[in-house]
Amino acid sequence: MSDTVNTPPQPQKPSDSQESTKDQKHAPVDADPDAAAGAIPAIDPRLLVREQGFAGYLTEFKRKIKGGELGSIPVVTGLIVIWAIFQISSGRFLDPSNLSNIAQYIVGPGLIATGIVFVLLLGEIDLSVGSVAGLTAAASSVLAIKQDMNEGLAVLIGLVGAAAIGALHGFFFARIGVPAFVVTLAGFLGWSGLQLFVLGNTLSLNNISGGIIYHLNNYYFSDVAAAYGLAAVAVAGYAWSQWNEHRRRKAADLPHRPMSELALRTGVVAVLVFVAAYVLNQEDGLPLGLTVFVAVIVLASFVLRRTNYGRQVFAVGGGVEAARRAGINVVWIRISVFTISGFLGGLGGLFIASQSGVADSNLGGGDTLMLAIAAAVIGGTSLFGGRGTPWSALLGILVIQSIMTGLYMEGSSSKAVQSMITGAVLLAAVVLDSVSRRSQKAAGRA
Amino acid sequence: MSAAPVLALRGVSKRFGAVQALTDVDLEVHAGQVVALVGDNGAGKSTLVKTIAGVHPIDEGSIEWDGKPVSIARPHDAQGLGVATVYQDLALCDNLDVVANLFLGRELGRAKVLDEVAMEKRAKELLDTLSIRIPSVRIPIASLSGGQRQVVAIARALVGEPKLVILDEPTAALGVEQTAQVLDLVERLRERGLAVLLISHNMADVKAVADEVAVLRLGRNNGVFKVKDTTNEEIIAAITGATDNAVTRRKARGAEAVK
Repeated sequence: MSDTVNTPPQPQKPSDSQESTKDQKHAPVDADPDAAAGAIPAIDPRLLVREQGFAGYLTEFKRKIKGGELGSIPVVTGLIVIWAIFQISSGRFLDPSNLSNIAQYIVGPGLIATGIVFVLLLGEIDLSVGSVAGLTAAASSVLAIKQDMNEGLAVLIGLVGAAAIGALHGFFFARIGVPAFVVTLAGFLGWSGLQLFVLGNTLSLNNISGGIIYHLNNYYFSDVAAAYGLAAVAVAGYAWSQWNEHRRRKAADLPHRPMSELALRTGVVAVLVFVAAYVLNQEDGLPLGLTVFVAVIVLASFVLRRTNYGRQVFAVGGGVEAARRAGINVVWIRISVFTISGFLGGLGGLFIASQSGVADSNLGGGDTLMLAIAAAVIGGTSLFGGRGTPWSALLGILVIQSIMTGLYMEGSSSKAVQSMITGAVLLAAVVLDSVSRRSQKAAGRA
Repeated sequence: MSAAPVLALRGVSKRFGAVQALTDVDLEVHAGQVVALVGDNGAGKSTLVKTIAGVHPIDEGSIEWDGKPVSIARPHDAQGLGVATVYQDLALCDNLDVVANLFLGRELGRAKVLDEVAMEKRAKELLDTLSIRIPSVRIPIASLSGGQRQVVAIARALVGEPKLVILDEPTAALGVEQTAQVLDLVERLRERGLAVLLISHNMADVKAVADEVAVLRLGRNNGVFKVKDTTNEEIIAAITGATDNAVTRRKARGAEAVK
């Protein structure tokens, strides 16, 4: 029993918390006579203690890196590198017009990728989202244009249909027990067939000029106040939620972040948001599409991190049996997650139609699905379930779209180079995911 | 023990098809008492535990809770009475932190929004009263050792304020020191006035913490021993069925005399 060999008590500083994690694993808990005797505050030196202030923040950061908890560091670093390279080589990559352009292009695939994040959290895959996106756009357009239906109603029917399709996949997976891979592969084929069927011999339908679908990804709040106002509200909201948590934790006598860290975090968020607002205002103003996309991510993030439902999704992703024994309705969670995925797929399809101007037979085909999955994974959501955040959809699709736009500006509009580079980035992301899992295991964290 | 036992089984039988898993089994567990349930493989320990936990309803006999007959048909019924079962495979979610696991399935909060602060506070209080030491309540279960996971699983059973805790082989996969931690915890449960039913293969563990040892053999009672005045050999003899010894003979004689 090598586990129980007495390691001498560690005469270490609490700051050395990486070390202490390891020792915690191997040293018997009551080996320290002081600890055994003192049921009283005496802090066990092996416990993870966060130092106050920036020094503690740095130590914690180092410990996380060593332990393989990379979070979104690789993707943010990658994004900065990509932007720097293209800016240097083209000289106009970071122009407001180009960034605005990127902001428009990421919305559709990004929404689809957000749905994929939910499914990946369960450790499953949804291959049908591209076809669902195409079908939704086609069906809504056909209803609105060919059947002369009210466009709002047509869009609503399209989205409800997309959610229903997701629920159907979920039903076959969770209730019947067909592997999600196969169910959604069937969906991938079937729904793109239905898309062609719905379109009939008109293979392409232009959006109604000035209609709902037309506006989704082309409408801009051109008033400068809109972008700055929303940025101010977002920063205020973030600061309030941070401060509120700080206050409650302090009141409950729990470890809490120091005010300096709160100020730093809020500062960073404020800089990011206001720079984005400034850049957008230099061009057309605040785009409706981007606003919807970020709102969906904020909502999804809240649901996943702060609600019972989100906790249950993570629990099912982390261990189905444990979740079931805890009384969680696994079938319902699975069906609901596929429903969300289908709905966001459909919503993404409408935004893609809006951005390209037409709902045609190609929409949602090609590499739409693959890019959405790649975006979620590049952004840092694990393929193995139970780890990830909706923000990874935004970061991942930003990386992919930046590569595409950047290469296009370089003059190589051929898909060949784009695909090869995107493929390499995806491989790098998955390698990082696997390697970080391994080093997490080594550090006892996976 | 004058008070009615927290849990009493009277003549419980359970049949699976042609297999008679339990025959006429009696068992009593009082508050503040640790009863060890021992027996060879296939003796019916797990089946007995599952009847109490509501996984398998009993065919015959009766179950009394605080002296009143009750029926346990579903796991939900058992939880409602105050039975908490910690199974051998702990069923914790590796990716969630300790607090999330402790409250999994009964999260605190309002209107489906989690109250992390309240949960963390209660988690700390609970772990402190049990003198459980883990590096932090906010690290994932994956980073805990086997013994720490076991104590977290036991602590999790206590979140619902049960009266009876059933531990299925809590020390089977643990090292010496970790086993000691878990046994300490079992004693603390007893000090808190809980009834504990401990299933174990390990005689040393049983002798260390149990007050009484109930032996099952081939689905039948094969003696209940006070740990204080019983030797390992007597218990093992009861388990293996080498029952032809002084204790059993005297018992049998006593029983005849009563009749």
